[in-house]
Amino acid sequence: MREFIDGSEVVARAAINSGCNFFSGYPITPATSILLHMLKELPKIGGTAIQAEDEISAMGFCIGAALSGARVMTATSGPGISLYSESIGAAIMCEVPMVIVDCQRMGPATGGATTVSQGDIQFLRWGTSGGFPVIVLAPSSLAECYSLTQRAFELAEIFRSPVFLALDKDLVLTSSTVDIKAISKQIMPNRPTATYNDNYLPFAIKNLQDTPLFSPYGGSNIVRMTASSHNEAGFLVKDPKIVNQLNNHLVAKIDHHIEKISMVKADLQPGSKILLISFGSPSQAMLEAVSESRSRGNLVSSLIILSLWPVPEKLILTCLEGIHQVYVIELNHGQYRREIDRLAKPDQLVIGINRIDGELITPKEILEKIGS
Amino acid sequence: MIPSSENTFLNKEKLPFPFCPGCGHGSILDQLNSALIKLNFDSSEVVLVTDIGCQGLSDQFFTTNSFHGLHGRSITYATGIKLINPKLKVIVLIGDGGCGIGGHHLINAARRNIGLTVLVFNNLNYGMTGGEHSATTPTGSFTSSTLKGNLERPMNICSTVSVNGASFVARTTSFDDNLSDLIAQAIQTEGFSLIDIWELCTAYYVPRNKFSRKALENTIVSLKFETGILHNEIYPEYSTAYRDNTLDLQNKPTFTRFPLEQKYSHQLKTLKTFIISGTAGKRIGTAATIFCRAAVLSGLFATQRDDYPVTVKTGFSLAEISLSPDESKLVGNSHPDVMIVLSPEGFKKVQSKFESLTENTIIYLDKNLPIIKSKAKEIRLDFNKTGLKKEYWALTCLAYILYNKGIFPLDALSDAASIRKDFANDYINAINGFKNL
Repeated sequence: MREFIDGSEVVARAAINSGCNFFSGYPITPATSILLHMLKELPKIGGTAIQAEDEISAMGFCIGAALSGARVMTATSGPGISLYSESIGAAIMCEVPMVIVDCQRMGPATGGATTVSQGDIQFLRWGTSGGFPVIVLAPSSLAECYSLTQRAFELAEIFRSPVFLALDKDLVLTSSTVDIKAISKQIMPNRPTATYNDNYLPFAIKNLQDTPLFSPYGGSNIVRMTASSHNEAGFLVKDPKIVNQLNNHLVAKIDHHIEKISMVKADLQPGSKILLISFGSPSQAMLEAVSESRSRGNLVSSLIILSLWPVPEKLILTCLEGIHQVYVIELNHGQYRREIDRLAKPDQLVIGINRIDGELITPKEILEKIGS
Repeated sequence: MIPSSENTFLNKEKLPFPFCPGCGHGSILDQLNSALIKLNFDSSEVVLVTDIGCQGLSDQFFTTNSFHGLHGRSITYATGIKLINPKLKVIVLIGDGGCGIGGHHLINAARRNIGLTVLVFNNLNYGMTGGEHSATTPTGSFTSSTLKGNLERPMNICSTVSVNGASFVARTTSFDDNLSDLIAQAIQTEGFSLIDIWELCTAYYVPRNKFSRKALENTIVSLKFETGILHNEIYPEYSTAYRDNTLDLQNKPTFTRFPLEQKYSHQLKTLKTFIISGTAGKRIGTAATIFCRAAVLSGLFATQRDDYPVTVKTGFSLAEISLSPDESKLVGNSHPDVMIVLSPEGFKKVQSKFESLTENTIIYLDKNLPIIKSKAKEIRLDFNKTGLKKEYWALTCLAYILYNKGIFPLDALSDAASIRKDFANDYINAINGFKNL
């Protein structure tokens, strides 16, 4: 059954269908409509949604709720991510499963509240102290807003990690025709959970890449959590050996599983020397341009990157094979182009197609740039 | 002071406390332990949430659940825990530093009356980072950051939370023999409770200010900061109130759905794009949504992208619509097939586009708008003649276009306009208004 709805509603529905039962956020354009949906809908399933006093508390509430066993989500835009920063670090350190939606708007600072942008792509990866990895997914259509929200919950639960959903103003607030019923699934991802244990160790792992078994506050186990460097019991430590192991674990638990996290949508044309790469809403203009170019008899390949971080390097390298020119299409000054640049061979030309004036890139602009 | 009974909440393997000789932290923690013993809790029912500063080390000495987080944010984590599990006894241990940097959370937790117990380890300066002044450092005091005496006045933590809705508020010192009873009373309070516990920082504040227990007690008196239970009133506790407040919603179906089953047919072969530009508050977006839903009812794929300034009922409002017989795509739309311009604000927003438009575009403009220079086909309409309020001009114009261009039936538009029952009559009236154009 087709409906005419916007991305904010799609994300909210997908979250609730993934078992999300806690949401806190602070009003900010263009993320407010997600907050409003959750305030209205979560009580119906016995969940809790609350407008926090600021973005800092929104994240704090989410961390506390997640550690009490809830499946949590929050949504904001760039200025809010700036305020989330310290708590993103706390969520990484305490291995808190949570989904953070960034409805990107034009920056810097207050920038353009109602203006589309993809300026947070590097910020999401490097937005907290220490440089530890997070997962960032980027839907490129309404249907993917649904499926990737669900995937974000799965990954958050499996890896006990903050997972970002990088949206933008136009994905969130543009209404479109979509058959939710056809794509919706009831997914209740399992958080690997400890059974009762007299001597439960909240951060115990066998291998560096393992995720420690979760136990909620209020359950049968005593749970010690800390945002400071800690041992497996959750006690603060300064012992270089233990600190080293913890920090290597926080990297390994994401990077070791990169194949599981990686997601791209490649449409490769044999013999093509040109590859167009995009993510988020400009992907749609890219696909339109590709089909137009092909209808003119040109060979063009395209790649939509759905999991931006960790960078799906192997999949990108496969797509780069035999390519002479790579065009990276994004609504910023070329942030993700940096990643493609470092993967491309010296003789592969990496060119940006960028717009930073708040308008969408048109298929025509892309066709003109690629000259076919 | 460690109770001899086996029934302790202190982790004997970790003791003794690592605090400086004469520091008040240890005695407060002993009294907290006594309070927990008196209340006969199980360790699993209690969560200690600590802030940054020397008291931030203390959760490690307890056998309860614990969370140690970022500076000033302890109250936010505690709130999240309480919201999910109201049965838990959530106790926040925070310093005067945390009350300063987290002042916003302190006020709002009180205002919300969320059932946390906040114990303030108030030693009048930052003990961990080197004795800098805090939000509670008395005026004139010497700290490493107020070399010629503090110019600021100390924050009255108790008054702040009292006037902002806290249930239970008390002030005392770490020397108070009845502190454990006071802590027990605070923990038993359903709503937000706070005890401001004044104490000595023997590493910094005491030597710099020739401070002592006597001086501490005198300072409280001279500041006219009262001691004892200062506020004790029952208000609804937030996490329980939230559940009561939303009980009637439980098990109601989520999301209001407007399924749009195809009922009509359309005459569109390729993508057709529209821009409607008018004034904010004049239902430009609503008209576009009704039009798009009607298109979907006719088997088309529709996309609507809105643009507007940050203001609400002033300035322009613009809607871009794409209709397509196949899966619709969200792409830049600078050369629409149809442009509708309804007001001076809308005109101003799109006038830079007029010149680049080709003869493939039709522009519908209100009769009273300025002359334009464009290759596009221009159709002037006299919306005043319809007698409709400006809120309905966009919809009536879309009805006019449908009637003349026959993309899909007008009946689809009427059906879509009737989805929201509350405004259906006005919208149907607007649709019929096109006959007077």
